Amino acid sequence: MTGSRTILDPTSERTVAERVRLERPASLAGLTVGLLDISKPRGDVFLDRLEERLVGVGANVKRYKKPTFTKPAPVDLRHEIAVECQVVIEALAD
Amino acid sequence: MPSSNQPPPLPDGIVVVVKEECATCHSVSSVLRQLDGATTLTVYTQDDPTFPESPTPVHDADLAVSWHHRIETVPTVIRIVDGIEVERTVGWHRDEWQRVTGVDGLGPDLPLMRPGCGSMSVDPDLVDELNVRFGASVLASRRIDVADAEDEMEMMFTRGWTDGLPVVPPTEARVMRMLTGTTRAPSDVVATVPPDLVEVTVEKVAVAAVMAGCLPEYLPWVLTALEAACTHEFNIHGLLATTMPVGPVIVCSGPGTRAIGMNSGGNALGQGNRANSTIGRAVQLVVRNVGGGRPGGVDRATHGSPGKIGFCFAENDVDSPYGTLAVEHGIEPGVDAVTLFAGEGTRCVVDQLSREPDSLARSLAASLQTMHHPKLVLGFDAILVMGPEHARVFAEAGWDRKRILAGISEHLNRPGSELVRGADGMAEGLPEAFADAPSLPKFRPGGLMLTYAGNGTGLFSEIIGGWANGDVGSKPVTRAVTY
Repeated sequence: MTGSRTILDPTSERTVAERVRLERPASLAGLTVGLLDISKPRGDVFLDRLEERLVGVGANVKRYKKPTFTKPAPVDLRHEIAVECQVVIEALAD
Repeated sequence: MPSSNQPPPLPDGIVVVVKEECATCHSVSSVLRQLDGATTLTVYTQDDPTFPESPTPVHDADLAVSWHHRIETVPTVIRIVDGIEVERTVGWHRDEWQRVTGVDGLGPDLPLMRPGCGSMSVDPDLVDELNVRFGASVLASRRIDVADAEDEMEMMFTRGWTDGLPVVPPTEARVMRMLTGTTRAPSDVVATVPPDLVEVTVEKVAVAAVMAGCLPEYLPWVLTALEAACTHEFNIHGLLATTMPVGPVIVCSGPGTRAIGMNSGGNALGQGNRANSTIGRAVQLVVRNVGGGRPGGVDRATHGSPGKIGFCFAENDVDSPYGTLAVEHGIEPGVDAVTLFAGEGTRCVVDQLSREPDSLARSLAASLQTMHHPKLVLGFDAILVMGPEHARVFAEAGWDRKRILAGISEHLNRPGSELVRGADGMAEGLPEAFADAPSLPKFRPGGLMLTYAGNGTGLFSEIIGGWANGDVGSKPVTRAVTY
């Protein structure tokens, strides 16, 4: 616990050290949900079904696709999703 | 590596600590072989596990033995009886080695004595990490682990801990090193920091000082500046919250400014000097991170100013023909001190032609009159930072500090009728009640302060305009530095 990768909290420590997550929305109705296809075979089948379910509860769905599942999503793509969506479902399936 | 801070016990008999890199340790390797036959000998080697070849050494790979047993020099010879150290000697001295080991005739081919070398456990590049690893930690701050995939610089930005510039990650080793700059205990409370009114400890100030880029020798200045800032008189809460573009301006005085390498000469108010650039920044990082004062939160500045990153400089007390601001505020000459002033950025006064004091005093007064608004008087203080070339004009005429301030102030009086609302076609101004005042000064008594900094090229001075003064706003606070 004493390596250079441990730092001391510079704050008054009145809040938790972990980054606070945004509050979960009460409903998805009217929100834009991003679905990221990581480019693995048949991932689209799963996402198509997910899109049906999401649209069914009133969400707008936007679809994105990574160029390859072997690398992290490019920064432009991440930025695009962050700008265009209020909600992202982050998941990985094989 | 073990992180225990329990000292590893030393075996009974004779213990010798060596390192391969040390020439004296090589010299005594024949002595070690002599001792191996005559005593119960344990040799610890700090660097090379194959040195000495004989007797077979124990590798003090993590330096736990060396650190815990306070080895400062190699070779060190220690006699242990029943687990307790009874004697030690360092370096090579035949008589001492014979006395400690009880073995005679040691190193007959060696000179009588040779000095040893520095132990790796006190190597400046290693000692801070070792102190953290083995020492009983005195630090109370919450530890935050940076995730493997996380960049610690970016992590500090995303958590909102920076002023917009990168900060140095405050590791425990760096904070421990920073704390060597003061005699105060890490747990000492320095001040109550607004807006959240949090009691800040020396340790948290040291964390901010590390982040700001300070060296340990700056820490007493940061601590004193913070104490001065968090007084009722200085009112840093108001200064933070105001819409005006002001922040704490720190003027450092005394021989200590030179000892820590502060700049009071060319570009003293600018960039390029570590102490000038980081002391004020550390104070502001405490206000931001401990006090919770941030732009958009309690900080409601309309424009702000670059000085709000941190504005700190030294006045040149050696060459000043008219003494220092600190002495003007009651500090003994030669005593290190900080003056905290609620100020904005700088405004240059150009007068390259005045060679007579009255002409220059008029120029300075004309520029000072416009500070914040030509028709607003008595409500704001100012610091005039005179450069050597302007100061020389006054010095050659025999004007001292008092005379200079009086000479400038003489030209800073205007009738109330010129200053009231609506006068000169400007709505801004003093209330109508002042219309009959025959003469109103720009500054309240003591409100115009004088200091000396800059290099000898340029007939310029700088005005640092203040914020609402006195009881309604902020009073300058000068404090002797506490070491």
